[in-house]
Amino acid sequence: MNIKSIRTMLNLSGSWGIMRRYFVVNGFDGALTSLGLIMGFYVSTRVDLTVVMTTCLAASLALGMSGISSAYISEAAERRRQLAQLEEAMLSSLEQSYHARSVIWSAALVALVNGVAPLLIALIIISPLWLGQQNLLHGLDPLATAIVVALMIIFMLGVFLGRVGGTFWLWSGLQSLTVALLTLGLIYLIN
Amino acid sequence: MPSLKRLVLDVLKPHLPNALDFSLEIASIAEDYRVDIRVIEVDEKTETLQVSIEGNQLDFERITDMISKNGASLHSIDEVSVTGN
Repeated sequence: MNIKSIRTMLNLSGSWGIMRRYFVVNGFDGALTSLGLIMGFYVSTRVDLTVVMTTCLAASLALGMSGISSAYISEAAERRRQLAQLEEAMLSSLEQSYHARSVIWSAALVALVNGVAPLLIALIIISPLWLGQQNLLHGLDPLATAIVVALMIIFMLGVFLGRVGGTFWLWSGLQSLTVALLTLGLIYLIN
Repeated sequence: MPSLKRLVLDVLKPHLPNALDFSLEIASIAEDYRVDIRVIEVDEKTETLQVSIEGNQLDFERITDMISKNGASLHSIDEVSVTGN
């Protein structure tokens, strides 16, 4: 299986759009979960940064595993159904075709993107905590810095969605940011 | 040894890959392949094509393999040109 074959299968199955959507949706989940956890630690009794990092990593790993398994099961089932319909229309088996191979490959790649997105984004968000632990933040509060990084990532995800959808990037970025700020406000109120 | 110079095939394929990508896939088999496609009929999920392929020495097996790989099926061989040595 070479790169060209994989690209052909992704084109045939229309997986590029699905992967883009899953990256943003589960990336947003990962970012908001990490932001919520960090904000929770920020407004409550301070704990060791290692505890915060481990908690965020564990939560994003769980999101990643959930993303991989749920996306694979649902995508593979959907693609099998589409393949069966196509075989019915073609009146022949498509076993040797890219269409049949894409049932497994496209579902696996979509699942991988869906799972890696929250993990990757959580790693970026918790990086200030690690830098703070290594005394590399030059006096900045690691938790506050991580919250700012999370807000920036959520804003960027909104901007990305705006560009994909052809809407004004600033508006969609601000929409995402509003959701994040609302979440922060609710956590603050609960505390 | 005789050489296959030209083929006209009746092919049924899904909408994807489209006719352009499908012709590029067949043309990628060898540098001297010239592929012309005419869409004869479009149905809800499939298209019927008339595929003309020309080249110095067409490899029929590789052409049918490529057709199958792209989810299409060969219905009939409508025209053939072969030269002897």
